[in-house]
Amino acid sequence: MIKGSNSRARRAVTRLGATGTAVIVLGAAAGAGSAGASTRVPASSSPVTIKIAVVSNPDMETIEALTPYFEKQNPGIKVVYDTLPENSERQLIETDITTHANEFNAVMISNYETPIWAHNGWLVNLSAYTAHDPSYDVNDLLKPIRDALSVNGQLYSVPFYGESSAVYYRKDLFAAAHLKMPLHPTWAQIASFAQKLNNPAKGVAGICLRGQNGWGENLAALDTVINTWGGEWFNMKWQPQLTSPAVESATNFYVNLVRKYGEPGASNDGFTECLNDYNAGKAAMWYDATVAAGSFTGAQNDAKGSIFANTGYAYAPVGPAHIPSGWLYTWSLSIPSGTANEAATWKFLSWATSKQYEQLDASKNGWAAVPPGTRMSLYNNPNYKKFAFANITLHSILSANPDQPTKAKVPYVGVQFVDIPQFVALGTEVSNQISAAIAGTESVKAALATSESDAQTVARTSGLEK
Amino acid sequence: MTATIPPTRALSAGNGTPVAGGQAPARRRPDAGPWHAWKRRLPLMPALAYMIVVTQVPFLVTLWYSLRSWNLLVPGSNRFAGLAEYRAAFDDPAFRSAALNTLKITASAVVLAMLLGVALALLLNRKFLGRGVVRTMLITPFLLMPVATDLLFKTTIYDSNFGFLDWVLRPLGVGQVNWLGTHAVGSLVVVLVWEWAPFMMLIVLAGLQGEDLEALEAARVDGANAVKTFTYITLPHIRRYIELGVLLGSIYIVQTFGDIYVLTAGGPGTATTNLPYYLYEQVFNNFTVGVGAAAGVIVVILTEVVATFALRLFSGLLEASAGAV
Amino acid sequence: MAVTTVGPPPGRTRWARWAHRKWDLRAGFWTGLTWVVALVLFFPVLWMVLTSFKTEHTAYTYPPRFVFSPTLYQYGQVFNGVQNFVHPLEHSIFVTLVSTGLVLLLAVPAAYSLAIRPVKRSKDVLFFFLTTKMLPYVAAIVPIYVVAKDLGLLDNDWTLVVLYTAMNLPVAVWMVRSFLVEVPRGLLEAARIDGASTWTEVTRVVLPMIMPGLAATALICGIFAWNEFFFAQSLTATNGPTMSVFLVSSIQTEGLYWAQLSAAATVASLPVVLAGWIAQKQLVRGLSLGALK
Repeated sequence: MIKGSNSRARRAVTRLGATGTAVIVLGAAAGAGSAGASTRVPASSSPVTIKIAVVSNPDMETIEALTPYFEKQNPGIKVVYDTLPENSERQLIETDITTHANEFNAVMISNYETPIWAHNGWLVNLSAYTAHDPSYDVNDLLKPIRDALSVNGQLYSVPFYGESSAVYYRKDLFAAAHLKMPLHPTWAQIASFAQKLNNPAKGVAGICLRGQNGWGENLAALDTVINTWGGEWFNMKWQPQLTSPAVESATNFYVNLVRKYGEPGASNDGFTECLNDYNAGKAAMWYDATVAAGSFTGAQNDAKGSIFANTGYAYAPVGPAHIPSGWLYTWSLSIPSGTANEAATWKFLSWATSKQYEQLDASKNGWAAVPPGTRMSLYNNPNYKKFAFANITLHSILSANPDQPTKAKVPYVGVQFVDIPQFVALGTEVSNQISAAIAGTESVKAALATSESDAQTVARTSGLEK
Repeated sequence: MTATIPPTRALSAGNGTPVAGGQAPARRRPDAGPWHAWKRRLPLMPALAYMIVVTQVPFLVTLWYSLRSWNLLVPGSNRFAGLAEYRAAFDDPAFRSAALNTLKITASAVVLAMLLGVALALLLNRKFLGRGVVRTMLITPFLLMPVATDLLFKTTIYDSNFGFLDWVLRPLGVGQVNWLGTHAVGSLVVVLVWEWAPFMMLIVLAGLQGEDLEALEAARVDGANAVKTFTYITLPHIRRYIELGVLLGSIYIVQTFGDIYVLTAGGPGTATTNLPYYLYEQVFNNFTVGVGAAAGVIVVILTEVVATFALRLFSGLLEASAGAV
Repeated sequence: MAVTTVGPPPGRTRWARWAHRKWDLRAGFWTGLTWVVALVLFFPVLWMVLTSFKTEHTAYTYPPRFVFSPTLYQYGQVFNGVQNFVHPLEHSIFVTLVSTGLVLLLAVPAAYSLAIRPVKRSKDVLFFFLTTKMLPYVAAIVPIYVVAKDLGLLDNDWTLVVLYTAMNLPVAVWMVRSFLVEVPRGLLEAARIDGASTWTEVTRVVLPMIMPGLAATALICGIFAWNEFFFAQSLTATNGPTMSVFLVSSIQTEGLYWAQLSAAATVASLPVVLAGWIAQKQLVRGLSLGALK
């Protein structure tokens, strides 16, 4: 066990990192991490094993398969993955980070965790590394993504892929029904398409939408709907607004849409299940992450008649408040402060998020499968630009506005989340309620009332409410 | 293979009451004294110490945590908070509903599994072609790795599009049902019953096989029908076994965690969140260690109360079955 | 095991022969019903095994296919794929064997003391063991996690060994004790009169007699350890996932996964299912903590 040799001093410093205030500790913890690395691993004598906790999705499958190339280039480093479905992975990583167990050399987190954890001094400042590595070309990272992973201009996480949300639709089914999807649809249009295309007898749902509990699952999609209806989580006084007319109307719309014309069993479906359904031809439309495009059947070779070839793309639909509603999300890699082998870990992180990795992936799996949404150079690449989804992904990401996600000014940052530590608990509770409403075991009104009272408790106990 | 040595059974009636009754005092050697009592206890000590250290010490620590307002996600929150976290736990409607769900899920799973178990045991308690094969098939659900069972039910059986259940029920006009959403508790209980009915069956079968054949034969000769024979002869005989099965089944099923984790993740809403899952969520999702610990302490106290009664029952059962079996 | 023979009464008169035939019909009915019920209940297992021999594409057809050309591809993936079962299998075997060995090592002396040389409060101790089975172990996970972390034992097989030993020890003490009380006292007395030490008495007389019982105990503890999920899920990560954790985590990583899941589930369950089939007569005793035979 690597951890067995933890020096007492280093552990004390990491503890301090947990309890002390942010700024001072940041430097100390980062320093401790590298000091620990240098004292413990005698230079390049034995291979270093890097453990990385990642969420399971098709892009991570790919990187696991390509990692031998990295290990060949860096003979001293061996990479081990812990792959889990999203909800389990969050729990595992958060437990590890919050208790400073330092089980992992690197963790896959998102733009939700990065600012909070960086502020707490739990993550290593990566700007120190990118500054000395011109080939990494940090300025090539898309600005909204880079900003979302930075605190005070310092980068704490590097993006593996970035995403917004968009609508996928089956061009063949639309043509057969003489329907035309606009590039910028409204939710009302989507609902009417869903109604017309819903065909339970043939096992084709009008639309696939997330219903699974988890703040990263159904809430991500629903929050974008709430935003474009002009709803919000909290007002400027941190008073919860979950029973406001806008939120209620938006939630009713979402729940009714999926209950009436959505996939059966929606309350258990998240990204993966919807991807499976859509790939199996079980849905005429799907509103979800832009990253899905590369995982459609036939994406590798653009096969004729495949789901990929038959898929059209549209921007995230807008609602009555006409607010562009695509979310902003990135799965990114961070180094928890105080872990061993920081330099070797950075080597892997920079490889996994580099232009070279994009090249390698493209050479094996085709350009469509490359992790999207992180680097401008990819969107300037003619091989990639030709895909219909490339432009939509880029512009959705560039126009997402986490600082003002909805109509009114709000005290929080985040399109499909609220960037406070308590949101993990609150979001899960609320998402439980929403999934009950989608299953039909609870009314939307009751679900929102419970959510509102949960939000009140959070606002009160966390001392946010003024 | 079982080490059943009939003549010694009478001797071993000390079952459950090693000191108060039975042969122990009679065999006590003259050199018995405090030192010898300790010598006799010595072999017990490693196991006892082990259990105390591994199971009791963590609970004491939990007690300590329960007095602190510790949220792992909020640095600096680990402070003494008195009974505030207990209050937060009691105020949480999810905690109360988890307690209720635990009762609901455990009771329905135990009762249904027992009913099915009795039926299966009665069917098996005859000589017929392929009896061994049938019994082997019937105990298999219990042996399957529970999370494997859960994953298979969740996907290949309950899936609303491709699931086997959907195909079976479609001719009846029931199709594309969201089993784990709309009927979450029922679907969960079905899986639990499927897993635990073999357990009940085995226990009841053990009871049936100790049945007094002559009494059965006499009843048949007297012209008693099957229902009467069952009610007046078989049932009283296997009652204690049923009680034992219910008790042991409850001990195991009340702890259900993996099934819920895999099948429903406690949802939809909190419909299938039982106490173990609630505690897990508090700690591993919300990272509110204080509330989780406080709720844990409350659950432990409740369990102890229930356990006291359960153990009294179990103790009685043991003494009875030691004589009967 | 005694088999209840409820055969037809010997028929001599014509009336009795008629009754005999009626009995035959009835018996046939019950036998048929038993088989049908058994097959229905066994079906999910059968379906798992069938699905494991399908391609993913066949697994996702509607209506479900019973006839298809079987493939061993999924099993190949389980053992040779990018994410394969080999390491989790090793962890499961190690944790199960070591914890079961440790359980027996602790349980036999304890049970000996409780069954053969009981003292005051032995009964209380016995029931103390049982209460630990009833405690909601989830409530103790934070202290366990923190201790494991501080000792550098997270993601380590030994942590699970320690916990599984505690989980199974009460069951084992109860079971072994139930076998020990059956050892004829006369034999022990005889051994003592011959001047045998306690050690000789135990190794020469007691242990050989309860060997089958120890095997049954080991089986039960092995089953529980092999199938355990909660601790394994909470305390292991990359190094030491057991089969149950790996099974849950390895799904959903690919688009279509039912067939592979079925193959993985079959492999994960097979050792325990086989052991249980072979030793089914000992199961009931173990499951009732030794109360029933």
